[in-house]
Amino acid sequence: MTTLTTPGVKRGRDAARTRKRLRKIALNGTATLVFLIAMFPVYWMVSTAFKTNDQIFTTEFIPFPTSFTFEHLDRVLTEGVAGNSIWLYLRNSAIVALGTVALGAIFSLLAATAVARFKFKGRTSFLITLLVVQMIPAEALLIPLFLSVKRLGLIDQLLGLIVINVGLTLPFGIWMLRTFVAAVPKSLEEAAWIDGASRMTAFWKVLFPLVAPGLVATSIFSFITAWNELIFALVLMSPDGYTMPVALQFFFGQRGTDWGAIMASSTLMTIPVVVFFLLVQRRMVSGLVAGAVKG
Amino acid sequence: MTDTSIARRGGGSASAPSGRPRRSHRPQKASGLNPKLIPYVLLIPGLAVIAALLLYPMIQVFVISFQKVGIPQIRDVNPKPADWVGWENYTKVFENDIFWSSLRNTVSFAVIAVTLTLAVGTAVGVLLNQLSKRMSTLVIVGIMSAWAVPPVAQGVIWRWLFDAEAGIINWALNLLPDFLSNALFGRADWTGEPWTNEAFTIYLILILMVLWSSFPFVAVSVLAGLKGIPTELYEAARVDGSSPWRTFWQITFPLLKPVFAVLTILSIIWDFKVFSQLYTLMNGPTVREAFNLSVFSFSEAFKAPPKMGSGAAIAVILTIILLIVTAFYVRQMLKSEELR
Repeated sequence: MTTLTTPGVKRGRDAARTRKRLRKIALNGTATLVFLIAMFPVYWMVSTAFKTNDQIFTTEFIPFPTSFTFEHLDRVLTEGVAGNSIWLYLRNSAIVALGTVALGAIFSLLAATAVARFKFKGRTSFLITLLVVQMIPAEALLIPLFLSVKRLGLIDQLLGLIVINVGLTLPFGIWMLRTFVAAVPKSLEEAAWIDGASRMTAFWKVLFPLVAPGLVATSIFSFITAWNELIFALVLMSPDGYTMPVALQFFFGQRGTDWGAIMASSTLMTIPVVVFFLLVQRRMVSGLVAGAVKG
Repeated sequence: MTDTSIARRGGGSASAPSGRPRRSHRPQKASGLNPKLIPYVLLIPGLAVIAALLLYPMIQVFVISFQKVGIPQIRDVNPKPADWVGWENYTKVFENDIFWSSLRNTVSFAVIAVTLTLAVGTAVGVLLNQLSKRMSTLVIVGIMSAWAVPPVAQGVIWRWLFDAEAGIINWALNLLPDFLSNALFGRADWTGEPWTNEAFTIYLILILMVLWSSFPFVAVSVLAGLKGIPTELYEAARVDGSSPWRTFWQITFPLLKPVFAVLTILSIIWDFKVFSQLYTLMNGPTVREAFNLSVFSFSEAFKAPPKMGSGAAIAVILTIILLIVTAFYVRQMLKSEELR
């Protein structure tokens, strides 16, 4: 500890140490503040979901749900909103998101391999197209796609929504995955060829496992985009086909708002994404093939 | 033969010894397909999706913006063909006051939100870099959870925070001493203050919400960039007695310029198109003065009576603005190694 009675030299060293410690306290204090501010809205959502209405509709500040209850969760899962249980909307969202991931993964892997592994006529134009279509706002696609889907009789079909989400996520998916494919040294595949493997075998046995982390990262991106997508689901689906983002809009009625039910539903929608994301976040970063060729 | 059709990415380092015949580079079993065709075959599904779902609709929305498309054209029974009306949709849109307020909202929101997001995100990124490993991991997990919250859930949560009767913001404002609250805002009692009925307060919430949900991405990207800067540079700056502020502008900023360029352009693209959060915040296209171009286009096209043509015209204008704003970025990418 710093004692001010100690003689000169030591006092100087102690002052430096104190300054260092103060700096550390200031840094950690600011960091804690950032953490709390970032987490508070999420915490407030979850805690409201488990409070009784007495504790929700009050002008007082109740930091913890001391009257812990499952009534809101229970209510949204049985009664639900817009005529259906929240289960149905969660299921619809899951179908759309997983369908988008499955189709998108195949398409983007093929296209990314083409772009990263081959030189061909039109390659640059294709890449420019990928870049430019990402700037197009979804609202610009909404009107023509709505009219086409209506004409094709695909209104209210989850498949139609999946296909549109694949379209929305594919350009970025290819763009992202391409760098992962390019990062795998060509020599690895060539080594497999020398050992007598066919192009297909080399692709599946050598390239694919090494690109898998990239594919996971791309898939998470597609999943989150499709899970969160509001505008197309709103326009193309009727209540039985609503996804979670659309269903949440229907809680705001004329006669006051049932905040407990809304917070319970948005918790159900948010928690899977956040948990899923935090689980794979480390693998996303540590992925890639550092040292696959060079020992 | 095959070698010419294959991009040699990273292939140089461990290629076969020069003594071997070149043929051994090729897969032994021929796949039966001309190697020159392989990339095109691989591209077919992706290209088909992009053409059908992005390029074709893009042309169509342009065409529709010159047509009159309403109930008679979209009804299921005996629909009428669309009438060609020339520039009428555009002239009508330009005469509409809501268009100009939407344009103003779109641009000012983007400018403010992008600036704040980059400033706060960079500050937090620099802060994270100074923390211990355990502390920075904890903070990253916290802020990235905020980032992962779906936009619609964000809108719902922030509506609840700013709720007129039981919202925590009004509770907190009521805590202010009356004289201070009166001096600052001209009122002391905040209970019942509705925040989501008026354009100004809607955008106040929207800016806070978008800042909250997008600074983590900037912070983590900046942190990753900072980790790549050799510590010797900072030691040298410290020895020379450089202030932290000066060190940031003289060392960190120039080295991280490419990171900032990408983050800026991505933020601009995201903030120009903000839809879900705004839509949820005002519970659908309700407050006309608070529309941005996205919500205005949606409202024209899908709120009764549907005016698809004028919705399309607004969407085309928004797209053109975005393409102009991002043209610089696309050109930068074209010039760089990225595409070769």
